[in-house]
Amino acid sequence: MLLIHCPYCDETLPELEFAYAGEAHIDRPEDPSAMTDEEWRDFLFIRNNKRGTHFERWRHINGCARFFNAVRDTVSDKFLTTYKAGTPRPSDAELEELGK
Amino acid sequence: MTAFRIPGKGRVNHDTAVRFRFDGKSYGGVEGDTVASALLANGVHLMGRSFKYHRPRGPVTAGSEEPNALIGTSRGKGRFEPNTRATVQEIYDGLKAESQNKWPSLNFDIGAVNDRLYMLFSAGFYYKTFMWPKSFWDRVYEPVIRAAAGLGVSPSEPDPDSYASRYLHCDVLIVGAGPAGLAAALTAGRSGSDVVIVDEHTEMGGTLLSEDQVQIAGQSAWDWLSATLDELKGMNNVRLMTRTTAIGYYHQNMVALSQKLTDHLAAVPGNAPRERMWRVRANQVVLAQGAIERPLVFDGNDRPGVMFAGAAQTYLNRYGVKVGERAVIVTSHDSAWYCAFDLADAGVAVAAIADTRDEIAPEFAQMAADKGIEVLKGHTVSSTTGRLRVKSVLVNPVRNGKVGASRTIDCDALLMCGGWTPSLHLFSHTKGSLNWDSEAEVFLPGDKTEACHIAGAGRGLWGIARALEDGANAGSEAAIAAGYATEVGLYPVEADRTGGGVTHKELPSDRDAGKAKAFIDFQNDVTAKDIRLAVREGMRSIEHVKRYTTNGMATDQGKLSNMNGLTIAADAVGKEAPKVGLTTFRPPYTPTSFGTFAGYHKDAHFELTRKTPIDGWAEENEAAFEPVSLWRRAWYFPLSGEDMHRAVARECKATRQSLGMFDASTLGKIEVSGPDAVEFMNRMYTNPWTKLAAGRCRYGLLLGEDGYIRDDGVIGRLSQDKFHVTTTTGGAARVLNMMEDYLQTEWPDLKVWLTSTTEQWATIALNGPNARKLIEPFVEGQDLSEEAFPHMSVSECKVAGIPARLFRISFTGELGFEINVPARYGRELWEKLYEAGQQYDVCPYGTETMHVLRAEKGYIIVGQDTDGTVTPDDAGIGWAVGKKKPDFVGMRSLKRPDLVAEGRKQLVGLLTDDPKTLLEEGAQIVADPKQPIPMKMIGHVTSSYWSEALGRTIALAVVEGGRSRMGESLHIPMPDRVLSAKVTETVFYDPEGERLKA
Ligand SMILES: [Zn+2]
Repeated sequence: MLLIHCPYCDETLPELEFAYAGEAHIDRPEDPSAMTDEEWRDFLFIRNNKRGTHFERWRHINGCARFFNAVRDTVSDKFLTTYKAGTPRPSDAELEELGK
Repeated sequence: MTAFRIPGKGRVNHDTAVRFRFDGKSYGGVEGDTVASALLANGVHLMGRSFKYHRPRGPVTAGSEEPNALIGTSRGKGRFEPNTRATVQEIYDGLKAESQNKWPSLNFDIGAVNDRLYMLFSAGFYYKTFMWPKSFWDRVYEPVIRAAAGLGVSPSEPDPDSYASRYLHCDVLIVGAGPAGLAAALTAGRSGSDVVIVDEHTEMGGTLLSEDQVQIAGQSAWDWLSATLDELKGMNNVRLMTRTTAIGYYHQNMVALSQKLTDHLAAVPGNAPRERMWRVRANQVVLAQGAIERPLVFDGNDRPGVMFAGAAQTYLNRYGVKVGERAVIVTSHDSAWYCAFDLADAGVAVAAIADTRDEIAPEFAQMAADKGIEVLKGHTVSSTTGRLRVKSVLVNPVRNGKVGASRTIDCDALLMCGGWTPSLHLFSHTKGSLNWDSEAEVFLPGDKTEACHIAGAGRGLWGIARALEDGANAGSEAAIAAGYATEVGLYPVEADRTGGGVTHKELPSDRDAGKAKAFIDFQNDVTAKDIRLAVREGMRSIEHVKRYTTNGMATDQGKLSNMNGLTIAADAVGKEAPKVGLTTFRPPYTPTSFGTFAGYHKDAHFELTRKTPIDGWAEENEAAFEPVSLWRRAWYFPLSGEDMHRAVARECKATRQSLGMFDASTLGKIEVSGPDAVEFMNRMYTNPWTKLAAGRCRYGLLLGEDGYIRDDGVIGRLSQDKFHVTTTTGGAARVLNMMEDYLQTEWPDLKVWLTSTTEQWATIALNGPNARKLIEPFVEGQDLSEEAFPHMSVSECKVAGIPARLFRISFTGELGFEINVPARYGRELWEKLYEAGQQYDVCPYGTETMHVLRAEKGYIIVGQDTDGTVTPDDAGIGWAVGKKKPDFVGMRSLKRPDLVAEGRKQLVGLLTDDPKTLLEEGAQIVADPKQPIPMKMIGHVTSSYWSEALGRTIALAVVEGGRSRMGESLHIPMPDRVLSAKVTETVFYDPEGERLKA
């Protein structure tokens, strides 16, 4: 069972309190009607499924109930960091630093 | 005293006799015995038959890695356990154990004919022998294989025992309480850190239990052990747990422990849990699991009486049991020499030591000579004899790679050692890398992924002195990492037994390799020949070899077989072992009962049962219940002698004729409030909300962003900035999650608050022509007339003096009201209405009647009539989609090419040709029943009921192009006949909706 840091509660808590919520940083388009079928398809269905550092969303569903973002290595399952929804994704340099 | 027990020797309690039964026969043992040690003390080696060939087998080991001596134990009804290792199960008075895989008896087994048909059962036999003809698989091959092969017999009764589970947090968790683990515990314990040390055995000590000759810090091993355990037990910060196996090592230093609590007791205290699962979160973990002896691979290495030299030493020194009267040692490692010396000292005739090596330490040769043991250097074993017990061994000299003539030596115990394999199972669970030590020919721990330390034989350090030193250091490192200051103790050791050895593939032989039965995996009956055959047939990776031969796939997970399998596969492939790879170890380390994993989560505790405030009334009135998501709901209310069909028909009739009342409290409810509530609703739901006046309701439809229906429900606008949203019973949490997701992450600027109010409100639905008459006298603050309170109205008023949210809505097509009152008033209001309703013959009804009544009106149930691929238009409710809205969740998807394509499945009604025939929900629909199989299926039945109002059956279905097929006959093939039905509109009853206005 993973331990996950909720950036809102600022506490590291067992995975049981959290729910996975898919890939992060996929913004709903401002004007969906203006999108082509292909663009909309990509928004709906195309995901990274990355081997390595993965940007993803979690929800502290049995806690503060907030959605937040996380960077997790999908090979080792280690969380590099978690951060509040709406804040920009960490840069490659920052992630490299966290990876150490 | 039994024949093979040495009085006074070992750690067992010779003064306390224990009687138990094995295969119906009574045996005597002593307190401290395992089933294996007690049977061996009686001269019994034959303890089971093997999996595939039903070959006679005895114990090879004295521990949890045992592949052969598997037994069934029984404590009465529901308390039978198969595949228990006789080397682990402690005896107690009255224990009943039985051997496995034998018929009719262990001594004479019919299935042993498999042994002579071994050609059929060679590597890949599942894939080859039984492939043709295909129809034979189900009827002939599989039943025969299942009857002949397999391990033990599954228990057939529910397990009546209880199982516990707990969490534990500590600074340092130490796995294994041999010399390394104990030294680690001393260092870490003395530092003040919180220490947990666990061991799978009955008592702690590990190797020390079998090596009482060692002197540690001036004390005998056993005196040092007891002093050490006393010191550890005296520390408040140290917890010692025996009979406790670390079964899995998970992320962030979480280790699962399976603790056996009662399996060793003659009288189990009432309500005592049988086993306990511990989930330990440790700051640091020390793995001190030692090493496992490795078999030598030669023809007949599986006969009862052939066992590990180290096991024989344990039986002798720990249990005071001689494993035979005349032993031969065959080894490639120094450690077995000590076994020979100990046995000789205990009075066992040691006929010879055959060592595969040409060079032997001179002091060994001298000791052997002193004890009168013949030494055969540079020898191999080419075969053994004996049916139910080894009778002799054939040894041959090997000179310059040539195997000389064999010589037969009689023996009743053949004790082998092919080296030692560091036990790295738990380390492998963490995905720690393994490094190949080409000199010792073993894998050693490499890069770590967790905060763990490996000590002693687990990282290839042999001997007790090195184990103690390494353990003390590992304990220190761990405690320091956890933030404590340490002092590392020194443990001077005398009479230690160090040494080394070499490893082998199959031992060289002068016999026909094609006929050799040289076992690698004893439990799955895999031989060296099988591995080579697998490689010849194209398997190159060890993972493929494993699956093709089943090597390492038995309950012992290859603890004995992996390294020999790898060595032989590597030789056959012509590569170095690490290039061929090592198979992955997975939890659990040893077989663990399902009960331990389930813990408290069984029966009523498996998952919670949600009950409404009115549930008690339903129970008192003998409702039949059904589970709906986690809720238990009143299904129907049978009068005496009524079956479900008759009860539901009566409830339907009463509701349509006069008045029915229904507990709708499980409906999901979400309060959406705030200045931007209407904007939020506009964006979430398909419907337009801006113009909906306060006090009015609307059917709300929720899509996923992909355009498919996710949920629906009536939504009331209480004021400009407040909505009372209802959802499906099962969808409440999902809908709230979805709303929160959009609100928090897409539209955080909206000033909206979402509150789950499902359990705050009790909801009573009244339906039928007399519904208004019943509640009118109870309502204060709201005129209920058609003009003042028309269909789809909502009001905050009082009902029976209770603050209420009153809806005029209907899920039955009748005049209907839904009264929401605070949950604590639910039952009170229900009882008042029920009492007052007697004048209208009010009929309480359950979910089944609710389903029938709604189906008669063609109202869909999301999740029953829809399945996650249904659009509003497919469901015939396109009218609920706001046409002029700029955007809402899922709107863009409704224009995707596939969603506007012709021929999509659409919801329609179906009326069977025979009005009494009830279609099966889920039944597939075809257009032409005469087409060849497989037929083209064009849809399926989603809802199907007997309609009392119509005096016939009705059904809803999704059918390709359904709405263009009105009046068409479709066909529903069933196993015994093909049914026919006509396509109709979805509204079967009162299509004009006149009754709503009653
Ligand atoms: Zn939180």
